[in-house]
Amino acid sequence: MREVTVGIGGAAGDGLDKTGDTLAKTAARLGLYVYAYNSYQSVIRGGHIWLRVRIGERKLTSHGDHLNVLIALNQDSIERHAREVEPGGAVLYNSDRLKLDPTLLRDHVLPVPLPVSAITKPLGKVPAVMQNTVALGALLFLIGLDFETAVGVLTDTFKHKGQAVIDQNVAVLRAGYEYAKEHFVPLGYRWTFTHVRRPFITGNEAFAIGAVTAGCKFYSAYPMTPASSILHWMAAHADRCGIVVKQCEDELAVVNMAIGAGYAGVRAMCGTSGGGFALMTEAIGQAGMIEAPVVVIEVQRGGPSTGLPTKTEQGDLNQVFGASQGDYPRVIIAPGDVAECFSAVVTAFNLAEKYQLPVILMSDLLLSEHPETIEPEDLRYDVPIERGELVTEWDEAKGRYKRYAFTRSGVSPRALPGTEGAAHVAATDDHDEEGILISDVFTSPPVRRKIHEKRMRKLDAVLRELPPPVLEGPEDAEVTLIGWGSTKGVIREAVEKLAEEGIRANRLHIMYLFPFHAREVAEILRRCRKTICVEANYSGQFARYLRAETGISVDAHIRKYDGEPFEPRYIVERVKAILEGRPLSLEVTEEEAREIAYHYIRTHLDEDARPGRISRLERDGFEEPIWNVEIVSRETGRKRGRVLIGIETGSTYRWEPEESAS
Amino acid sequence: MATVIELPIETYAGPVDPDWCPGCGDFGVLKAVKMAAGKLGIRPKDLVIVSGIGCSSNLPGFIHAYGVHSLHGRAVAVAEGIKLANHELHVVVTGGDGDGYGIGVGHFIHAMRRNIDITYVVMNNQIYGLTTGQASPTTMKEVRTKSTPRGNPEPPINPIALALVSGATYVARGFSGDPEHLAQLIAGGIAHRGFALIDVFSPCVTYNKVNTYPWFKQRVYKLEEEAGYDPSDVMAALHKSFEWGDRIPIGLFYRDEHPIYEDSEPALRRGPLVRHPLRPERAVFEELIEELM
Repeated sequence: MREVTVGIGGAAGDGLDKTGDTLAKTAARLGLYVYAYNSYQSVIRGGHIWLRVRIGERKLTSHGDHLNVLIALNQDSIERHAREVEPGGAVLYNSDRLKLDPTLLRDHVLPVPLPVSAITKPLGKVPAVMQNTVALGALLFLIGLDFETAVGVLTDTFKHKGQAVIDQNVAVLRAGYEYAKEHFVPLGYRWTFTHVRRPFITGNEAFAIGAVTAGCKFYSAYPMTPASSILHWMAAHADRCGIVVKQCEDELAVVNMAIGAGYAGVRAMCGTSGGGFALMTEAIGQAGMIEAPVVVIEVQRGGPSTGLPTKTEQGDLNQVFGASQGDYPRVIIAPGDVAECFSAVVTAFNLAEKYQLPVILMSDLLLSEHPETIEPEDLRYDVPIERGELVTEWDEAKGRYKRYAFTRSGVSPRALPGTEGAAHVAATDDHDEEGILISDVFTSPPVRRKIHEKRMRKLDAVLRELPPPVLEGPEDAEVTLIGWGSTKGVIREAVEKLAEEGIRANRLHIMYLFPFHAREVAEILRRCRKTICVEANYSGQFARYLRAETGISVDAHIRKYDGEPFEPRYIVERVKAILEGRPLSLEVTEEEAREIAYHYIRTHLDEDARPGRISRLERDGFEEPIWNVEIVSRETGRKRGRVLIGIETGSTYRWEPEESAS
Repeated sequence: MATVIELPIETYAGPVDPDWCPGCGDFGVLKAVKMAAGKLGIRPKDLVIVSGIGCSSNLPGFIHAYGVHSLHGRAVAVAEGIKLANHELHVVVTGGDGDGYGIGVGHFIHAMRRNIDITYVVMNNQIYGLTTGQASPTTMKEVRTKSTPRGNPEPPINPIALALVSGATYVARGFSGDPEHLAQLIAGGIAHRGFALIDVFSPCVTYNKVNTYPWFKQRVYKLEEEAGYDPSDVMAALHKSFEWGDRIPIGLFYRDEHPIYEDSEPALRRGPLVRHPLRPERAVFEELIEELM
């Protein structure tokens, strides 16, 4: 398969997301597939941002393992990523401001210095951020993407800013393109453009569009990364779509308003991340108790507490399972990719209304914020809308309306406020069929038993309605990779790579977390030869749940909790190590030592410093082996000192400046 | 305006009798809420009473209307969701001082700031009754309770002043010892377009031995009977809200017309959300998809 991965590195405020978006949309309009991931930080200006845009002729389900072209917008990005560029690739940079040390490049990597001010001089004064557009123009030429298609994307992007802005952007793009054409030869990508137009969409956009398509009329939220982009989309489209979008004072209000709206009869949803969800938990139990439909999206980020606000993790499973005191019926769904975000929210609303319960959708920063191309038919207009049994009028001559009638299915036909003859109280204290409390004066153990059973019985029908997971790949595989949520795509690619290396693997991905297909999953797992659970958390929360539900302990684990998503190669290497019986090393690698040194430099030293040679020292007065990272001057190349980093603990023991350094 | 057909109080007779202690102030409030709804001719199907948790929050169970007996402190938020989903309903929140001024004070302030069209009746007994007598946010300083055996070290919240500075557009105080007067205040709040607070002195005869019926009867006077008092003057209202001693004012402190939150929601101009068709128009859906290309 032909594919290219372009990395764009810079600081927050460099505008690289726009550049990445233009590149991605250009490729998508040409009929190519795109998957992008932005590794960003919780800062508005500065820091290090690393956006990867992977483009290929076939569906891509992760950002992959490769780097073919680097667009470096600052010096850090050159130093940190130039060595990752693979032979046949190129490094583009603004040579007015940045320097590329050729020793950083692997063989057959093309340095592409762009003298931005000379290139843009004929265009008069242009904003500094347009260095990105120059680089993008040059990139289009180097990787063989169609220039006019990119012009179309820019035209649409800047339509709201007027023709002058469009013209300037196009002129700068052209200048970059022409400069590259004059000075370089293309890198040799020969694409087949199908011109099939596909949506380029994030998980959060899919949640929002899915919700609107399914009839969501109320969305409430409190700003919290990485769920906020649902709020932004909803707010921007509220008028057109006829939704009430409410930013609330806190997540307590968020979920209680959504429950109030759901009780009153509109399809209501709210979204948050782990910290906000923690505040919502009592109310989610309330929705279970009063049998009000509501959809709650929990977009995980690195935890606990404030944790890693802009990094990904799958560490909230225990919290979501444990949300609220007592037992109550609820559904937990973890879509595995962007297309499933759309379909899962449709399912969520139908289940919430048919079974009158809260439905929690679990996502994470990776799934919610990364954009990818999906098939147009993944976003259907005519989704099923099932509201369940509604009482539209009640003749009181037939007796009092029983809001919580004890039915065989456990579902009691619902009357919305405003319905003639069906007034009742929906109470969070436990209650009888009519809604009269059984908590205070009228305690009744048998009534309590029967209403509790009635509520919980609804889950039997929910489970029957949900499709059980299936094993994908060869039945007789040597190894089975088990995952849930956002790891679906990367596990799929890892399985393909394993096959290329002669290891037969299959995979089991689980989307419906609760109620759980325990019997079906146990049957599948019993047939597997070696099971490995892949999840982005420290303790293996999902593996533990699997064991609780099926009695089966997986044979091995692949876990990650550094905030960055899995990559296929990482999984492949771990699978091979597990099959060969090699233990997992938690030592700091040389690459990691360089990043730890960067961290030290950025927090304690200055812009002139950068890591140089790295060597390993055995002990050297510490109780562990040490990475000895030389720190050199960017300006002069002179050694300025060294940073000593423990290979086992990762401790930055010391910064030792050179005696001669001023 | 259509002619109001008043409904008798029996219209709202609940399925069960209240479980409050004999003599509890909340009986008077329950009666006043029913009288207010009857005065305004609100049919039970169009009335939603939302409460939190506490003795007074059991009120929805004792009145024939729609009700949500929600979580401790969350009634206002639930009520806002109901109102936004169906703004043709009359949404009345009933609860206590712990529920509204303690654990739920954030929602209380923000709902007032929004001026959303709900009515909030707080049965303020200056004590936690259901949990058998601890200090509440409105317990007076130095008062001994089970949780403050040396006397309450904290001064009380001033709900009237808080409502005035938070943007409520109808601010009143009643006394459950005078249900007729209270009913007028509540009816005025329900009829008012905007957020209405009716703080009610509703004595706890079991756990509050300080702020008793006689204590209030000796002190309360009606603002309506105060010569020259103008309830459209917010600064005058604020001034009155600090009067607490031998004389304590009840009645309407403040009322003004301001745009309500619902006016700012374009979606609501097409009628209550609950009656909108669920699916977006196909053309709108196609526009949403086109934006992604």
